[in-house]
Amino acid sequence: MNAAKEEILNRIQRALRDVPVDESIDESQLTRDYRKTGTAREENVWLFAERVGDYKAEVTKTDARHLAETINEHLARHGIKKLVVPQDIPDEWLSDDIDLLRDSPEKPLKHIQLDDSDGVLSGCALAVAQTGSIVLDSGEKQGRRVLTLLPDYHLCIVFEDQIVGIVPEAFEKLNDKMKTDGPPVTFISGPSATSDIELNRVEGVHGPRQLDVIIVVRSI
Amino acid sequence: MSTPYNENITFEESAQSYLSNTQLRRNIGHATHTIRKKRATVVGEMPDWETLREAGRAIKSHMLRHLDHYLLQLEESVTRAGGQVHWARNGEEANQIVTSLVKQHGAKEVVKMKSITTDEINLNEALEKDGIKPIETDLAELIVQLAEDTPSHILVPAIHKNRAEIRELFRRTIGNKELTDQPAELADTARKYLRQKFLSAKIGISGANFAVAETGTVSVVESEGNGRMCITLPEVLISIMGIEKILPTWRDFEVFMQILPRSSTAERMNPYNSFWTGVTEGDGPQEFHLILMDNGRTNVLADEIGRQTLQCIRCSACLNVCPVYERTGGHAYHSVYPGPIGAILTPQLKGIDKKGPASLPYASSLCGACYEVCPVKINIPEVLVHLRGKIVRKKEQEGTFREKMDPEHRALKFLAKSFSSRKKYERVQRYAQRGQMFFVKNGTITHLPGKLSGWTAMRDMKAIPKESFRDWWRNR
Repeated sequence: MNAAKEEILNRIQRALRDVPVDESIDESQLTRDYRKTGTAREENVWLFAERVGDYKAEVTKTDARHLAETINEHLARHGIKKLVVPQDIPDEWLSDDIDLLRDSPEKPLKHIQLDDSDGVLSGCALAVAQTGSIVLDSGEKQGRRVLTLLPDYHLCIVFEDQIVGIVPEAFEKLNDKMKTDGPPVTFISGPSATSDIELNRVEGVHGPRQLDVIIVVRSI
Repeated sequence: MSTPYNENITFEESAQSYLSNTQLRRNIGHATHTIRKKRATVVGEMPDWETLREAGRAIKSHMLRHLDHYLLQLEESVTRAGGQVHWARNGEEANQIVTSLVKQHGAKEVVKMKSITTDEINLNEALEKDGIKPIETDLAELIVQLAEDTPSHILVPAIHKNRAEIRELFRRTIGNKELTDQPAELADTARKYLRQKFLSAKIGISGANFAVAETGTVSVVESEGNGRMCITLPEVLISIMGIEKILPTWRDFEVFMQILPRSSTAERMNPYNSFWTGVTEGDGPQEFHLILMDNGRTNVLADEIGRQTLQCIRCSACLNVCPVYERTGGHAYHSVYPGPIGAILTPQLKGIDKKGPASLPYASSLCGACYEVCPVKINIPEVLVHLRGKIVRKKEQEGTFREKMDPEHRALKFLAKSFSSRKKYERVQRYAQRGQMFFVKNGTITHLPGKLSGWTAMRDMKAIPKESFRDWWRNR
C-alpha cells in the first residue's frame, strides 16, 4: 500500500473513533420516503413535451408512419446538409439528398469531421417527463458520446414508451446496466446554456445550441 | 495569476472595502435575488422535498461514518473499470500527481472544467510553474482567468462582473473591437475561442460532483457543455475529488440529481449531467486517472459536530440566501469557499490558528436561512457557534496575555457568573440600576461609555426600571 493511501486511511480511522465498531454499513437500511414513481403513464407524454419546451427546445409529436417525414422536415428547416448519425439509425428515416456521416466502431468519424458537420440525429435510452430530460447510455441508436456533443444541432427521437415519470425511475432503469457494463451515461435537459453573465440564460455555449425533440406516439 | 487569498486578513477587515463598492453590491444583489426566487419556485413544485433532503443528509452522513470502507470500495471498482486511482494527502501531492501525469504525456496545454477543488489547491499555478498552460473552459472561469481575478461565487464565479466589464475584457483579450455587450454575443466569442482548444487538447482535467463506490462511476453536472468536452475529447482524463464526494450506490443519484439542480441553478435539471465508469473502449479518453484527495478533510471528519460540513454538495444555495454574503460578496471571505458554507468549511480545513479563517465563523448573524435551504441539512448555525466556542477556548488556553484579558471575554465571563445564582443576579441588577443614572435620558440609554459604546452605536437601550419585576412581586 502506498504511503499516502495508508496515512489517509489511518487518519480516517482515528477521526471516526466515535462510530461504534458494530454500526451497520448496510446502506439499504436508510429511510427513503420520497416518491419512487411519478404520474400515470398517459400524462408523461404531455408533461415531457411541456418540460422540454421550457428549456427552449422545440418539441414535435408524430406517429411511426409520419416519422421519416417529420425528421426530414426538421432537417430541411434548419438547413442541415451534413448529418451525423450513429450506425444503427435506419436508412428509411432519411431522405437521399442528405449527406450522411455514419459513425461506427470500425470507421469512427474524426473530431474535426464532427465539428464540421451541420447536425446530429440520435435516439435515446429513456426520457424523464418531470424534468424534460433525455438520457443517453451509448445504446441503441445513440452511438458514442462525442456524436451528440460537437455538432451544433441535435435532433433527438424519443418513443412514447421510453418516457418515465420522475427522476428515480430513470436511475432505477439504468441500475442493472451500471452494475455490469457501466456504459457512459449523459442526461441532456435542453440545449447547452449558461447564466454566467448577469444570470441571463444564454442558449448554446459549447454543446449543441439547438435541440429539437420528436416524440413518437402510438397514435396522434 | 496573483496570489488570491490572504490568510492573515480577517473578514471584518476585508469586508469594509467591498461594502463600499456599490457596483459590486448591485451585481450581487441582483444575482442572488433572481436565483433565490427561481429556487423557491422549483422547490415548491416538489411535494417530497423535505423527505429528499432528509434522505440526502442520511446518505451522506452514513457514507462519512464509513468513509474508509467506501474509499477502498471506490478504488476497487474504478480500477476494475480500467481507471487508475491515486491518493493525495494534501494539495501539493495532488498537484504533483497531475503535473507528472501531464509531463509523462508531453502535453504543454490542458483543458479544464470548472472545479473548486482544483482552485482550493492552486492547481493552475502549479501547472504554470512547470510550463503547462491550463485553459479554463467554463465561461465564468474563463472570464476570471482572463481578468487575472479570483472567483467570487461557487456557482457563478464571475457574479461580480457585469456585461460591460466582460465586453471590455474580451475586447482586450480574445474578441474583436466590434464586440457588443449582448450576453449571447459574448458567449459566442468564448465558444469560438475554446472550440479550437478542445479539438487540440490531449489532456482534460475535471473535478467530480460524485463518485459511486459500488460501480466506480464518476459524475459531473454542468450547464455549458464544456465539461462534456473536457471528459470526452482528450485522450487522457484526470479527475480530482475530495474524499468526501462519495456516494455508496448508483441508486443514490435518484436523490442527489433531484436536490442538487433545484438548489443550485434553480432548474428542474441542469442541461448536462455526465456519468462515466473507468474507460470505455472506443468512446472518450482511453486513459483515466482519479485522484482522491484529503487536504484537511480528515480534520473536519474528526470533529463530531463539524463533520456534517462534509455532507456539502457545493450547490451554493446558502450563499444566495445569506444576508452577509449579499452585502460583501465572495471575495471578502478570502477563500475559495465563500458564504455560509465557507465560513464553516474554511476554518476547519485550514485550522483556527490563522487569523483569517478564525474570523469567518463570526461572519454571520446566525439567522439560519442557510440551514433552511441546505439540501443536505447541514446545520450551519450550529457549526458556526461550535467553532466560535473552539476559537474562544483556544484563545483562553493558548492566547497571549492580552487575548486572555480581552474585555468582551471578561465581560461575558462576569455576566455568566452574575446569572449563576438568584442572589448574584439581583445584586448586579441593583448596582446596574444605580450606576446607569449618568447615561439615562428620558428612560432610554443612547450612549454607553468605552467598549460598551459599540452596543449603543446602532440602537437605544431601555433603562433598567426603578422597581424590577422581582421587587414588585415581593412587595405586592
